[in-house]
Amino acid sequence: MNKQATEARSVIVEREFAFPPEKLWRALTQPHLIEAWLMKNDFRPEVGHSFSLRGEWGGVLDCKVLAVEPNKTLSYTWDFAHDDAAYNLRSVVTFTLTATGSGTHLRVEQAGFGPQQRQAFGGARAGWEKFLGNLDQVLGKAD
Amino acid sequence: MPGAPDVLFRTLADPTRRALFERLCREGEQTVGALTARSGVSQPAVSKHLGLLRQAGLVRDRHQGRQTHYSAQLGALAPLIDWTSQMAGFWQNRFDRLEDLLKRMDQ
Repeated sequence: MNKQATEARSVIVEREFAFPPEKLWRALTQPHLIEAWLMKNDFRPEVGHSFSLRGEWGGVLDCKVLAVEPNKTLSYTWDFAHDDAAYNLRSVVTFTLTATGSGTHLRVEQAGFGPQQRQAFGGARAGWEKFLGNLDQVLGKAD
Repeated sequence: MPGAPDVLFRTLADPTRRALFERLCREGEQTVGALTARSGVSQPAVSKHLGLLRQAGLVRDRHQGRQTHYSAQLGALAPLIDWTSQMAGFWQNRFDRLEDLLKRMDQ
């Protein structure tokens, strides 16, 4: 058993967009806009609201809103439940928006516990059909 | 234990075994006979290698009549893939889409 694989980890991706925070906020919080860049969803910007993100690969992520600070911070859980622990993912995704002179700096951090052995995320060919095994694939394919 | 990284690395460290696994990945399910014909080693040796690959979860066998067919199990490689690197790629991709969306949005 790979001990490391059971440890909490996080991934951070940052990018600067040439648009004001208000506009990014709309893209992050309005369901039809979220769908356009992320996944199908029934999101509402209310703390405690449970919703799903449905991927093109057929996988469904269970989510719950943890924090909403308009134009600044949005945080929700991002869990993938699977009968096989090897594919489970429990994580929290946090978006942080910071206005800059010319636009907005967007930072996303995803922190949590990944699959314990075989991993689900991505693998592009093997995993997506099983999601994390498949998620890997799901995510690697990302479309 | 199948799926553990140590076992995967050890199993794939052998060039003959790795070549058999790669062929199954590339060409799909095959019988022991077909694999032996192009492997350059004897059928008992091929069978032994396939047995080790199977123990590591890298291949699956299917019996049909007197033939045994082997196929690659790509999911077994997943422990070698760090989920955080996968997610980083995912978010980079989604940020590209977000950027496209922002350009299309009015206001």
